Amino acid sequence: MKPRVAFFDFASCEGCQLQVINLEESILDLVEIVDVVSFREAMKEHSDEYDIAFIEGSIARPMDEERLKGIREKARILVALGACACIGGVNSLRNQFSVEEVKKMVYADTDVRNNPYFDAFPLKAVDEVVKVDYYIHGCPIDRDEFGKVVTALVLGKKPEIPNYPVCVECKKKGNVCVFEEGKFCLGPVTRAGCNARCPTSGAGCEGCRGLLDDPNTDSELEVLQKYGLTLQDALDKFKLFCYKSKVKK
Amino acid sequence: MSEDVRIKVEHLTRVEGHGNIVLNSKNGRVEEVQWQVSEAPRFFEAMVVERDYSELSIITSRICGICSIAHAFASLKATESAMGVKISDQTLMLRKLALHGENIQSHILHVGYLVAPDLFGVGSVFPLINTSKEAVVKIVKVHRLANEMCDLICGRTTHPITTVVGGFTKIPTKKELIDLKARIENTIKTAGDVVDIVLANVDKLPKFTRETEYIGLTCDDEYALYDGVVGSTDTGKHEVNEYESITNEWVVPHSTAKYAKHNRESYMVGALARFNLNSAKLSPLAKEVADKFGLKTLCYNPFMNSVAQLVEIVHNMEDSIRIIDELLNRGLEKEKIKIGVKAGHGIGGVEAPRGILFHDYTYDKNGKCVKANCVIPTNQNHANIQKDMELLAPMLLTNEKTEKEIELNLEMLVRAYDPCISCSTHYLNVKFV
Repeated sequence: MKPRVAFFDFASCEGCQLQVINLEESILDLVEIVDVVSFREAMKEHSDEYDIAFIEGSIARPMDEERLKGIREKARILVALGACACIGGVNSLRNQFSVEEVKKMVYADTDVRNNPYFDAFPLKAVDEVVKVDYYIHGCPIDRDEFGKVVTALVLGKKPEIPNYPVCVECKKKGNVCVFEEGKFCLGPVTRAGCNARCPTSGAGCEGCRGLLDDPNTDSELEVLQKYGLTLQDALDKFKLFCYKSKVKK
Repeated sequence: MSEDVRIKVEHLTRVEGHGNIVLNSKNGRVEEVQWQVSEAPRFFEAMVVERDYSELSIITSRICGICSIAHAFASLKATESAMGVKISDQTLMLRKLALHGENIQSHILHVGYLVAPDLFGVGSVFPLINTSKEAVVKIVKVHRLANEMCDLICGRTTHPITTVVGGFTKIPTKKELIDLKARIENTIKTAGDVVDIVLANVDKLPKFTRETEYIGLTCDDEYALYDGVVGSTDTGKHEVNEYESITNEWVVPHSTAKYAKHNRESYMVGALARFNLNSAKLSPLAKEVADKFGLKTLCYNPFMNSVAQLVEIVHNMEDSIRIIDELLNRGLEKEKIKIGVKAGHGIGGVEAPRGILFHDYTYDKNGKCVKANCVIPTNQNHANIQKDMELLAPMLLTNEKTEKEIELNLEMLVRAYDPCISCSTHYLNVKFV
């Protein structure tokens, strides 16, 4: 029997699920190997019986936390889809303020107490609420990587998620280092798998795929010093997608 | 129908984001009908505060996965206006080309994947892969072209990379543009086939009308998408800088998105609004498509928004060819970007696929954001959806429809607006300082 696959979204732009739709003709191949049983953005049908759950988005409210726990109970394999789910993403930038401050900024004079829709807590990544089996990083995810992960899961294999820096892929592509052009890049400490998409497009890596498991902070520091930049510059930049990541040193 | 009806569609499907439809009736009379937005609020205003001007478009493009390019451009225009940055004609043309790509991508996604299942009487595009594979393949072909356009100009289909304050970090080569032109020419016919597929099923769209106000960008020399002033079918032209007196947002308890009103109790933005304001400036083939459907200004049927989107897809393709020809004629040039960072306030308005979009930023002298406000198309449509529902629901109750049919019609109404609910709960609109 084909594995039953479900997609769920929380606080996000739904751009990662869009990458699944953006597989274009390959979607026709995808539905050959899996049964999509729930995908609210694209289909009306819904089933609570699924093997693999893909979760997009970060967790912002108690009602979302309960919903996520319910999904975890039903899913054999749970995959976090994209930066918001994996590491909090840009959503977590709001964690620089307390929830009270944020609510006051946003709702001003409107009374939103006792309204569960507005009951936000400091933003969480998915693995701060439930166990995550696999991560597909990026903002948005890379659709080819998504295809590879699904294929591995269908074959009962462990998907391979890179644990080497973006620089490796960037060098392979023969790009001129963007630091040379006076731009800032987080490539030396960011997890690869995007095929160095941003540096290849003439922009610095923004760290959307999160820190490596063991980032070589010494080499990043070396690079920063070479171009007259400080660790604080890098830490500020890193806040864009991984506000909570702790970079030692 | 005389029985009591209780409809609660929780998390409406085939729309972007989370919304609910509620209808309760007793003895054939509506007791409650409501369009609710339950999406988790995302607090973008807290995200951008104290961030560098160069990061604003990166952060705010994440308001929406489907119209990230429009968000990036509204953001860049606001920042460029705040800092007095002028962009080159080449940058302007490339941005217009990218916006065409995104408009096609978003519209074909909506008409082909989200609306078409209702026309074919199925729950999603997946069963159509078996029953109407040829139609699905055509829809996919148009979708692919649109994504390739965005990929080429922006470095990525979703969340653009190359588009920065003042210009582009990378521009396409001459050969890439020639290839793209050939592919667009090759796909216009396919888009025409998709038009015919929808035309053959257009009787499934309810014939419902309610007079309302339509708002969108308008300008004298083209079908306005990137630039223009704010046009209203009720009150004429207004400056973009007056956007707050047009959108007048407020908070309602059953929705985490704000509502908006201008001259009446609600207004509509999006493809139908643009068509109603600017149809005379459509490309020749796009006008032919409108004629095929008998779409004429002013059209007050919200369900025809999907048809207006098809008209725009053809316009986007034809106008893209014109832009590419002009770029090739001029020759492409790698341009240096120089920004003089300074304190300032700027407003950017563009047409996103779902309607007029405003970003409004204030920066300090170091180029850090101190105040931000965004007004999203779907926010501007929520009140109009509600008003349509209030008129449509009693009609459906008296028309001998089953509860299932009533539910489907209400769902189709919301879907027709192509709501982007994550966008509308961005909450970037509170003043700082």
